[in-house]
Amino acid sequence: MNMIQAINSALDVMMARDPDIVVMGEDVGFFGGVFKATEHLQARYGKTRVFDTPITELGIIGVSVGMCAYGLRPVPEIQFADYIYPALDQLVSEAARLRYRSAGEFTAPMTIRSPFGGGIFGGQTHSQSPEAMFTHVAGLKTVIPSNPYDAKGLLIAAIEDNDPVVFFEPKRIYNGPFDGHYDRPVTPWAKHPAAVVPEDYYRIPLGKAAVVREGEAVTILCYGTMVHVAVGVVAEMGVDAEIIDLRTLVPLDIAAIEASVRKTGRVVVVHEATKTSGFGAELAALIQERCFYTLEAPIERVTGWDTPYPHSLEWAYFPGPVRLTQALEKILEA
Amino acid sequence: MAEGVRRNLPPLTLHVPEPKFRPGDAVDYADFDRGAAGAVSRPAIDASPDVMRDHAYSLVRVLDDDGKAVGPWDPRLEPERLVAMLRHMALTRAYDDRLYRAQRQGKTSFYMKCTGEEATSIAAAYALDRDDMCFPSYRQQGILLARGWSLVDMMCQVYSNRGDRLKGRQMPIMYSAREAGFFSISGNLATQYPQAVGFAMASAAKGDTRIAAAWCGEGSTAEGDFHSACTFASVYRAPVILNVINNQWAISSFSGFAGAENTTFAARAIGYGMAGLRVDGNDALAVYAATEWAAERARANAGPTLIEFFTYRAEGHSTSDDPTKYRSAEENVKWPLGDPIARLKEHVIAIGAWDEERHAAMDKAVIDEVRTAQKEAEAMGILADGLLQHPFATMFEDVFEEMPWHLKEQSQQMHDERKKAGI
Ligand SMILES: Cc1ncc(C[n+]2csc(CCOP(=O)(O)OP(=O)(O)O)c2C)c(N)n1
Repeated sequence: MNMIQAINSALDVMMARDPDIVVMGEDVGFFGGVFKATEHLQARYGKTRVFDTPITELGIIGVSVGMCAYGLRPVPEIQFADYIYPALDQLVSEAARLRYRSAGEFTAPMTIRSPFGGGIFGGQTHSQSPEAMFTHVAGLKTVIPSNPYDAKGLLIAAIEDNDPVVFFEPKRIYNGPFDGHYDRPVTPWAKHPAAVVPEDYYRIPLGKAAVVREGEAVTILCYGTMVHVAVGVVAEMGVDAEIIDLRTLVPLDIAAIEASVRKTGRVVVVHEATKTSGFGAELAALIQERCFYTLEAPIERVTGWDTPYPHSLEWAYFPGPVRLTQALEKILEA
Repeated sequence: MAEGVRRNLPPLTLHVPEPKFRPGDAVDYADFDRGAAGAVSRPAIDASPDVMRDHAYSLVRVLDDDGKAVGPWDPRLEPERLVAMLRHMALTRAYDDRLYRAQRQGKTSFYMKCTGEEATSIAAAYALDRDDMCFPSYRQQGILLARGWSLVDMMCQVYSNRGDRLKGRQMPIMYSAREAGFFSISGNLATQYPQAVGFAMASAAKGDTRIAAAWCGEGSTAEGDFHSACTFASVYRAPVILNVINNQWAISSFSGFAGAENTTFAARAIGYGMAGLRVDGNDALAVYAATEWAAERARANAGPTLIEFFTYRAEGHSTSDDPTKYRSAEENVKWPLGDPIARLKEHVIAIGAWDEERHAAMDKAVIDEVRTAQKEAEAMGILADGLLQHPFATMFEDVFEEMPWHLKEQSQQMHDERKKAGI
């Protein structure tokens, strides 16, 4: 399966198991979503469980909160993560705090799926990585898969989770892993071990990172598309790096991070989002709080620049192999 | 059934709208009431919104089925002006066709046509003053063309090339042309709506004479921005024209998902106490007349107008979708309001100002004009030339007026990294 199929399969499996799950969003019904992640679901589960919505992200999330109050488990789609901003109030002030403010009387067990990230020439309104904003909000969980197998297992766990989960899908890797070499042909998922995805139910717990590659020299913390960039660079450089795919940012697998940092003493954080107040800043702060004395070099951050995503220069914006290579060289020399 | 449901009551049902026709269906518009051309009255420009409620439900039409202009909304334009409008509509279509093909040839990443909707921007632009401010969505390229904006400049934007004044930052078709009174286009739907109202309020507060106009699709009327805009426009009687281009489809979702099963989009005006007009969007004269009416109303301090232009998106949503997957291919062909270019052409021929020969010559001329411009634009590069278009440092410009330390540092860092990597 590719990533879209894996997501589709997770929705399918869960809808079959639990009649309270509803899928909604712009173009998700008859058409099956602009990226086809919800294809066939309406035909299978009917129009009252899978339906198109008006184009109002605020409405989509607000209505989902109300559906949760009734007892449903909505899985709304926001067509592009860039369009989650109109929904912010319902997400941040309502869904995220419902459990807290009602002392558990009401909860919002919804999973907001949204394609995010750049690398598809989407310009500044179809490319952003807003994950850090959501990690800043108490009460929201933030999940970002990096391959089909994880996408399915994590999405199932997110849907089963009783808290609101923002599930960001790196759209650049929907059809194949992408190592950041935009000028080389992309291999489809079929060639990748993570494309072997069971047809039925399984879950990957939220809050557990994956050690993609064990190593002693340096820890690379990454998620989403950047996992593949890291894997590619480490192979090319032949460095003995440990690559950790965080998979969920909140809850964060701090134990896995600490264990790795204590072993290697060096950390590079990679993400596509802008640098300032990006999630890398949080990781760097956590590490220095918890394992400062084991660090042998300052933590490096390889991130998108602090600018909007520029259409024609998107490959210069994308923190690709060149930049990660240099960061690794620098930290290994330090 | 959920626990605790009272069993002696009928179960509630959820209504989910469904379009009339899906792929493979035969299309029958027999129950679509166009109303007769010329039948709708033309209120005084300062008429109170509550005496014109019917205008939100009927359809203002000027051109009848024989191409004759009839009724009180006939704007009585000079033949030369009609032909000029026709020419700009044909130019818009030729421009779209050419750039659509350019995208298919891999010269740029994306394109969006406005085929079938040309009248809603060309005729509207003709009815506005050149210095009125437009807040368009991505389907109003016609406004720039009608305002005589350079085709080469527009194409350079589409190609993100060296000639692109926007420095290759925006997706294709997201133009910005302050000099042409054309506000920078956002990819986020409906955000331009309250902005247009803000411009109009500012103009009014300053005692200026310029008005503002906004455009959005019927799907976008569901966004909160649309409703905030209506509230402000109504409360402050902003000199603004709020255009809703009802082209029946929002990507794969038919207009029912924006509420069309229950009322019209023009009727949104009623709840806000605004003048609302529902207009045949494929009738260039009706579009002109309605826009002119709303502009005069705004200029007379009589308040905002919400206009629904009823039209049809004859092509796909963009280069990224395939409309045959969600709607009947017959819809376009059988659309009961015809094609706006064909209808205006028929009219100018009927009044003796035009003929088939001149029309064929014009079609050829606009294609040549577009082709010449395309050559000139492509000489400045295409997106497919990749990273060669704009100096890398431009990425850090215009984030702020003055570049703060962290961006200076990042700009330098990028430069150093590339140098070290030998690229
Ligand atoms: C805030 C926001 N949500 C979603 C989208 C994705 N999107 C782009 S165009 C579109 C459909 C718009 O339909 P409509 O307003 O009817 O305009 P049309 O394209 O038909 O001219 C959608 C959902 C977006 N660009 N912005």
